[in-house]
Amino acid sequence: MTERVPVSMKVNGETVERFVEPRMTLADFLREELELTGTHTGCEMGACGACLVLLNGQAVHACLTFAVQTSGDSVETVEGLSSSRVIADIQNAFHNANALQCGFCTSGMLVTAHELLSQGGVPSREDIRDRLSGNYCRCTGYQAIVDAIQSVARARAAEAEPSARPE
Amino acid sequence: MKARAFRYVRAASLDDALSAYAGADGECSYIAGGQSLVPALALRLQAPDLLIDISRLPEMTGISLEGDTLRVGALTRHSEMLSSPEIARHAPLLKAAAPFVAHPAIRNKGTFGGTIALADPAAEFPAMCLALDAEFEIAGVEGQRTSPANGFFHGLFDTDLQPGEIITAIRIPGFGPNDRCVFHEFARRRGDYAMAGAGIQATLIDEQVESIKIAFLSAGPTPMRAPHAEAQLTGGPLSGERIEAAQHALAEDLEPEDNDDTSAAMRMHLARVLLGRLLTRLAHPEHGQERRQQ
Amino acid sequence: MTDVLAKPLSAVDRPNSYIGRSVTRPNAKRLLSGKGRYVTDMKLPRMLYAAFVRSPYAHAKILNIETRDAAQLEGVHLIATGTDLAKLCKPWVGTLDHFHGMKSPPQLPLPVDKVVWAGQAVVAIVASSRALAEDAAEHVVVEYEELDVVADLEAACRRDSPVINPDLGSNLSFTLKLESGNVESAFADAAVTAEKTFLFGRHTAVTLEPRTIIADYNPAEEQLTVHHATQTPYQFQDIYSRYYGIAESRVRVIAPDIGGSFGMKLHVYHEDMAVVGLSMMLGRPVKYTADRMESFLSDIHARDHRVTASLAADADGNLLGMRVDDATAIGAFSSFPRTSVVEGNQVVRLMGAPYRFRNYRGDLKVVFQNKVQTSQYRAVGHPIACSVTEALVDDIAQQLGLDPFEIRRRNIITQDMYPYTSPTGYKFERLSHEACLEKLPELMDYPSLRRQQQELRAKGIHRGIGIATFVEITNPSPAFYGVGGARISSQDGAIVKVTPSGEIQCLISIGEHGQGTETIVGQIVAETLGVDRDTVRVITGDTEVTPYGGANWACRGAGIGGETALQAGKKLKQNILHVAAAILQAKPDDLDMQNAQIVDAGTDNVRISLADVARISYFRSDTLPAGTSPQLTAAHHYSPQGYPFAFTNGVQGCHVEVDVETGFTRILDVWIVEDCGRVINPLLVDEQIRGGIIQGLGAAFFEECRYGETGQLENGSLADYLVPMSFEMPDIHIAHIETPTLDTELGAKGVGEAGTAAASAAAMNAVNDALKPFNVSMSQIPMTPQRLLRALGHG
Repeated sequence: MTERVPVSMKVNGETVERFVEPRMTLADFLREELELTGTHTGCEMGACGACLVLLNGQAVHACLTFAVQTSGDSVETVEGLSSSRVIADIQNAFHNANALQCGFCTSGMLVTAHELLSQGGVPSREDIRDRLSGNYCRCTGYQAIVDAIQSVARARAAEAEPSARPE
Repeated sequence: MKARAFRYVRAASLDDALSAYAGADGECSYIAGGQSLVPALALRLQAPDLLIDISRLPEMTGISLEGDTLRVGALTRHSEMLSSPEIARHAPLLKAAAPFVAHPAIRNKGTFGGTIALADPAAEFPAMCLALDAEFEIAGVEGQRTSPANGFFHGLFDTDLQPGEIITAIRIPGFGPNDRCVFHEFARRRGDYAMAGAGIQATLIDEQVESIKIAFLSAGPTPMRAPHAEAQLTGGPLSGERIEAAQHALAEDLEPEDNDDTSAAMRMHLARVLLGRLLTRLAHPEHGQERRQQ
Repeated sequence: MTDVLAKPLSAVDRPNSYIGRSVTRPNAKRLLSGKGRYVTDMKLPRMLYAAFVRSPYAHAKILNIETRDAAQLEGVHLIATGTDLAKLCKPWVGTLDHFHGMKSPPQLPLPVDKVVWAGQAVVAIVASSRALAEDAAEHVVVEYEELDVVADLEAACRRDSPVINPDLGSNLSFTLKLESGNVESAFADAAVTAEKTFLFGRHTAVTLEPRTIIADYNPAEEQLTVHHATQTPYQFQDIYSRYYGIAESRVRVIAPDIGGSFGMKLHVYHEDMAVVGLSMMLGRPVKYTADRMESFLSDIHARDHRVTASLAADADGNLLGMRVDDATAIGAFSSFPRTSVVEGNQVVRLMGAPYRFRNYRGDLKVVFQNKVQTSQYRAVGHPIACSVTEALVDDIAQQLGLDPFEIRRRNIITQDMYPYTSPTGYKFERLSHEACLEKLPELMDYPSLRRQQQELRAKGIHRGIGIATFVEITNPSPAFYGVGGARISSQDGAIVKVTPSGEIQCLISIGEHGQGTETIVGQIVAETLGVDRDTVRVITGDTEVTPYGGANWACRGAGIGGETALQAGKKLKQNILHVAAAILQAKPDDLDMQNAQIVDAGTDNVRISLADVARISYFRSDTLPAGTSPQLTAAHHYSPQGYPFAFTNGVQGCHVEVDVETGFTRILDVWIVEDCGRVINPLLVDEQIRGGIIQGLGAAFFEECRYGETGQLENGSLADYLVPMSFEMPDIHIAHIETPTLDTELGAKGVGEAGTAAASAAAMNAVNDALKPFNVSMSQIPMTPQRLLRALGHG
């Protein structure tokens, strides 16, 4: 039962093929097999949000999926989002707003922020806090994170339609 | 928190899944979204020998209107309850409850069929299926059958499902032109299991309640309908008096338990308060509840 | 006095002026791209993984341990018990001399005779993966004989209680009695008194990165390298060396990026000590990461107190005296090396700290329990002392019909009273209570909040406003630990050097946990040397590289570490100017530095670049005048020798809305006016404050460890132990006042714990303010909906 089985998936645009135990979570697969340690594990039960990745474009907890389940799928981690620069403005906003301290929750926060901001529009602070409700942070007061996300939303909206008034 | 070892097989079809289960050596579990199963495995609360992945079966996806009935595939993700125009139009109670279901990333993966099969009394959607008088399409090695939501939930995590059976779809009567619905829950934090939660769907004609269905979560060992409360409200307006009577009648409907730092008495109290607030909202359509979208 | 202190904040004209400016953290960029280097991420060659078999009982004799089946399993390399590790490791005792009479039983990495808390590690498994180690753990059979459990504070104090440590006689670890003035007559003369019994929930830190350690013992060199998620690698270098008998110079502890600590990762954990021994037994690296369940079971807890206190005042609201009885439940032994009594000690000494009254009696009892050990966790003791004090002050105010701001104005220590020694022996150099109390109502728009409260009350909506005045201990001297015999350093060291290209490296003994240590050190060094801060690289956290020091705890990083960096920078500057002067045939006093250039002092006239000075010093010393010996590396150690602590102060305000039908409280706003001395970087300070406040709000409304009668932790998961998440938390409004300490040139004090010190106090006062029409009040935190409803007479 601890025999390894083959998995094959796209991770950050690159096809990877490995042999893994079925019980290996996607989080452990990314961190240990692929050494993509930007995805963190804080609870291994889907309660803290530190392990969020994009699975086929949607944010999911990597600790709540076994790698075998994602064979054939496409996964993007914070490293991939970072090098493709799709989250560059979010990262800058976080940096300028000091929206991180120890950084352990940050990867998950960025994935959540990316998914929220991809929907377009300018969410209210309450909307943002609601969206972040599954991302645990112990260091910051969440406020700088909300500030950072709000500033990106406004900047993107202004860029999309310079004449439009923000909501 | 690493799961015990297991074998894994990905079902290519419904029949494939059913026969894999029937022929399995040792204990077996289906996995769809896995948002409840995987933590249970990580904590070693469950340790099946074989996991059968049913998450890609085409027979179980899709949302479609068939006459007056909405057919929702069991693999519909919770997040789709928020985004689907069909759900918004024909089953707005599910959309109203969806923001309270766990957190966004869980909603992206968790499935409608999965949460019903687990039947956690604190879950939103099983209770809403009661309020919607939904019917479950179930597949087994013996064939297909349907089971009404009312009567499906037997006890704590105990449903009408036999070992090896799979919920393939959920059928919901469509939302009519005179229908209204509301949902709310009291939870310590956004996404936590509710201390008390309820959804109501009612048909009102000239502000008289023609029919009303009230279902509670976190108020007993299963999701609970509240027929005694409903009886107090049917056939009349949603007046303050009748609302109070309904709140009073709840004692006969609900069976909350002592739990953590929350007593059964407190849960009952919260359930009453919740019912009052929901009925007040229902009576005032302008105050944030779902009406049929034109 | 140097330029550094005299320059105005955010001066635009002075180049390289960084102190006081909100600048971003250079080292945050890698954290933002998933390139953090946490111990949880590290893999060493041939590394193995540890898991532990844990006791299901809170108190039991170990009769037998059967490991044969487990040892046969795939991938298992070693199974070790207490007896195995006792051969390698000396026992340690968590007492300090300055806590007279303190008792605690000796500890070994794994127990030999009995277990004393549910979840205690009993057997260690080392395997080629964590999963395999957990598999093997399930096959270890331990036979226990259950003993009576001590899991109730009251019960533990009774004579007939079972005694956890029979050798010590009772369940009392430590008692303390403080007496000042005449408390009896204060209460006899009082016009009004307030008395309450307060209960504080037991807390745990819940750092997002759990505890983790990799011990790598190399038998060929008898060298131990430990990669440790810790706040204080130097302390652990000392401990591993002495308790495992390895030469200190052959023990290297590296503390890389850490995913949160808040004090929790300062303490000795049995598992960590065991892992060192396991590595020694195997001669290979062994890694242990506490999973989230283990974190709840075995991280230190804190704040488990039952306080009965009373406050006396005259008819004008002048506080006359205070009596405090504090009983605190720790674990079955005191933590090491910082003890489990510091928290209680601070509680009884911080009571009433902002106020002028002189009559005080404080009684402290520190009591063993069959629960996990407790120790220092963010704001150690302050939240309890503040909550008790501020609630009683509000009670007196209510009895006399005084506004909460007014009663505080009448009683706080005023500007003319400094330096001031409190009745409990704390010395305040200079605080700013009056200024803070003046600023807060303005910041809150207090009058309009009160108006709004009145209007809404009439509509059945119950809002409350609460405030709390606080002081906070920062920059501790050896008076904190050193005097008790602990090998915990109160000094820090920095080495600053010029690189051949004229850039700067600073190696410093304080550490980076995300609060911004590396950034502020960079700011200080850059400003002192007159260089661009982008050219300053700060290195922390490696006992083989950075100087020996106290590292980070009790808010000492900015104040003590910052001063260290400042003085080291000044030394280096003198050395640079000395060489430059030799090259230029000028006098060092006639030269200065700006923009990485040596200039004529007081002018912009560039004489030579720092890069050239470096190039010449390193590569062309043949061109230097005879007798010139460039010293482009400078070291400095700084040890606080003035005030034993640099106290800071502030006031917090909290605005809530209580749903009296459900018991749910919405936190609407929080404000704080705080004074942490000289602010080096407002951007970093502000979010530190906010994070601290959120932890305090967590304490006020959500967090507590719940135990059953048999000592089982009942809510040890993130689903059941409720930490504050974003949706329930408010925006927090901050204002600063700066009263620098004159003990250092930098003038900075600490700020990391200030938010936590008063947040739950202000929250409790706010809730009680909301509940005033109902004549009920809360005196237990967390203020859960159940407790609120019970107080209101429902459920």
